[in-house]
Amino acid sequence: MQISLFITCYNDTLFPQTGKAVVSVLEKLGHSVEFRPAQTCCGQMHYNTGYQQEALPMMEHFLEVYRGAEVVCIPSSSCVAMIRDHYPKMAAASGDASIKRAVKNLLPRVFEFTELLVDHLGVTDVGAFFPHAVALHPSCHSLRSLKLGDRPAKLLGNVRGLTLVDLPNSEECCGFGGTFAIKNADVSAAMLSDKIHSLLNSGAEICAAVDNSCLMHIGGALSRQRSGMRVLHLAEILASRDGLEAAK
Amino acid sequence: MSSYVGDAADAPKFQTAAKNLVRNTQVRHNVKRATDVIRNKRAKVVAEMPDWEQLRDSGHEIKQHVMRHLDFYLEQFEKNCTAAGGTVHWARDADEANSIIVGLVKAQQAKEVIKVKTMTSDEIRLNVALEKAGITPYETDLADLIVQLGEDKPSHIVVPALHRNRMEIRQIFLDKMNLTELSDKPEDLAGAARSYLREKFLRVPVAISGANFAIADTGSICVVESEGNGRMCISLPRVLISLVGIEKIIPTFQDLEVFLQTLPRSATGERMNPYNSIWTGVTPDDGPQEFHVVLLDNGRTKVLADREARETLDCIRCGACLNACPVYRQTGGHAYGSMYGGPIGAILTPQLQSMQHSQTLPYASSLCGACYEVCPVKINIPEILVHLRGKVVENGDAPFEEKMAMKAAAWVLESPEHMDRARKLGRIAQKPFVTNGVIKHLPFGLDAWTSVRDLPAMPAESFREWWVKREKGSNG
Repeated sequence: MQISLFITCYNDTLFPQTGKAVVSVLEKLGHSVEFRPAQTCCGQMHYNTGYQQEALPMMEHFLEVYRGAEVVCIPSSSCVAMIRDHYPKMAAASGDASIKRAVKNLLPRVFEFTELLVDHLGVTDVGAFFPHAVALHPSCHSLRSLKLGDRPAKLLGNVRGLTLVDLPNSEECCGFGGTFAIKNADVSAAMLSDKIHSLLNSGAEICAAVDNSCLMHIGGALSRQRSGMRVLHLAEILASRDGLEAAK
Repeated sequence: MSSYVGDAADAPKFQTAAKNLVRNTQVRHNVKRATDVIRNKRAKVVAEMPDWEQLRDSGHEIKQHVMRHLDFYLEQFEKNCTAAGGTVHWARDADEANSIIVGLVKAQQAKEVIKVKTMTSDEIRLNVALEKAGITPYETDLADLIVQLGEDKPSHIVVPALHRNRMEIRQIFLDKMNLTELSDKPEDLAGAARSYLREKFLRVPVAISGANFAIADTGSICVVESEGNGRMCISLPRVLISLVGIEKIIPTFQDLEVFLQTLPRSATGERMNPYNSIWTGVTPDDGPQEFHVVLLDNGRTKVLADREARETLDCIRCGACLNACPVYRQTGGHAYGSMYGGPIGAILTPQLQSMQHSQTLPYASSLCGACYEVCPVKINIPEILVHLRGKVVENGDAPFEEKMAMKAAAWVLESPEHMDRARKLGRIAQKPFVTNGVIKHLPFGLDAWTSVRDLPAMPAESFREWWVKREKGSNG
């Protein structure tokens, strides 16, 4: 299958190793991955902060870039949620019939990474080996918007050597929330402190998630506190064959 | 004429209030403990309902239907309430409602009134208006009494004194009830409140209530409660005045079937409220002999006119969204500058009082969606928050630095070429700040991030650059 990768703007810039891991997992499963170089951003940050006018051209650009794509894979649940939850509304508000059509056509072909693996490709064991204790942080968008359910845990459960530890209060938000972390820094920090508390009590060595945005937030505090725990995007664990992470 | 919402217009920005509250360890501990208890109780009694999702859908549909035909149902309510011996008054805003109610109390030559929990009366600052007119209001709901005696403000929709623990409550009672001795055992505290209130129930001739529901086809009012103080207020005094927001209407008596299942489970984790009172007009020689309903708009028709935010009016004030909200759980209700705190307050207050100082409220959320998940009438609060953020920006009320940053970001994200240019610039600019691959300190507003978290440094190679190299390698 020809899979078109939407790497997302922040993964492209800050977490290229996640993109490399996605490519590696999908290619090992025998699929061909393409990267359309014109891609930029889904518009989530602008849209959710109230800059809906600015988000509109980003949506139009996204629709243009992925026109005709067989399947679009996105290793970020919040970007998928932006596209799935808000593009139809934005398209309707634009009053442009061709935009509405383009959204309607593209939406059924847009998948978050674990959705693509489990639902579309029917894979729950990617043959990975990663002998570490891992806690899964189910990010808010993956949980309540995409309703990924046990898909990420199923994939991790089949990784050789991996111990999936229970994370207390796992469904609580980590406090990132995009610009919320800056605009409401004090509350965000208080929420983060609860999440770190749960993580450190879980006995895990690594915190995994399907969103690098939450992981950047959680990982930033783990590193600041010299906690001895680190964060990893789920794709990077699935790409591991030797128990090590891909080269950064 | 003014349509105020409590003291919201004078309240500090959410961020400012929250900064102090997250540092108040006592409040945080009390709020977290109390919300944990209610959340767990709620989860248990919701899980035992096989048709919970259908009940949520029904509640949503009933409310949406009412909002589409509010004019019809309000007039139907007025007709049926009047026919049963009640008197219906219409109030455009807080001042009108206050002057109607003060006038009704004065007409009785009463100097005191007893009140059963009505948040709407806090919204219009009724107690202030009554006191100005020389009338003393007594709150009879235990938590409201604690708030009133403590000269405090409510911090939760359902349990307004949830930020207080029993040692604090004991002290308030000792000080204000002229007691010499009192333990902090819950039953002793309740006993003290009971003796204090019982005398007032028997003496005061006028009661003021709110309403959980106003039923159009019978002209009845419904109030649910746990302590029995409501039952006293609606049955003992000679005159009863019910202050009702116009969104409280439901079409038929049978619709209670849905809400009396979802409301108590969502609010207090009870299968049924201990007291469910429904009354219709006046019954000769039984209960109040004069009954008034004051229907209040105070900004509600403006909310109704905004199709994107109309769902806000569906709220049945169960408070489940507060208990579920990770933001509320860190700050408590006082950060929201209004008696409507938490996620529902963050969408309700700014709409009722035309944004003003409450324009920071739509941003008091990480958009995690926990509120929407528990809402018994399925109000999509995150979506309305984003809609209201759009209005803040549209009105030009966003901070200058933010506007500039968003403009710059929009330019960067316009094309891959712009992104490449920004990345190259960023890699140079970050150099003085990077140690061991992370940024520990950033200047200006960005220290909001780095004050408690490291930021990963931008790697030397982006994904895109890696991909281009790889493609070249495989082709050559």
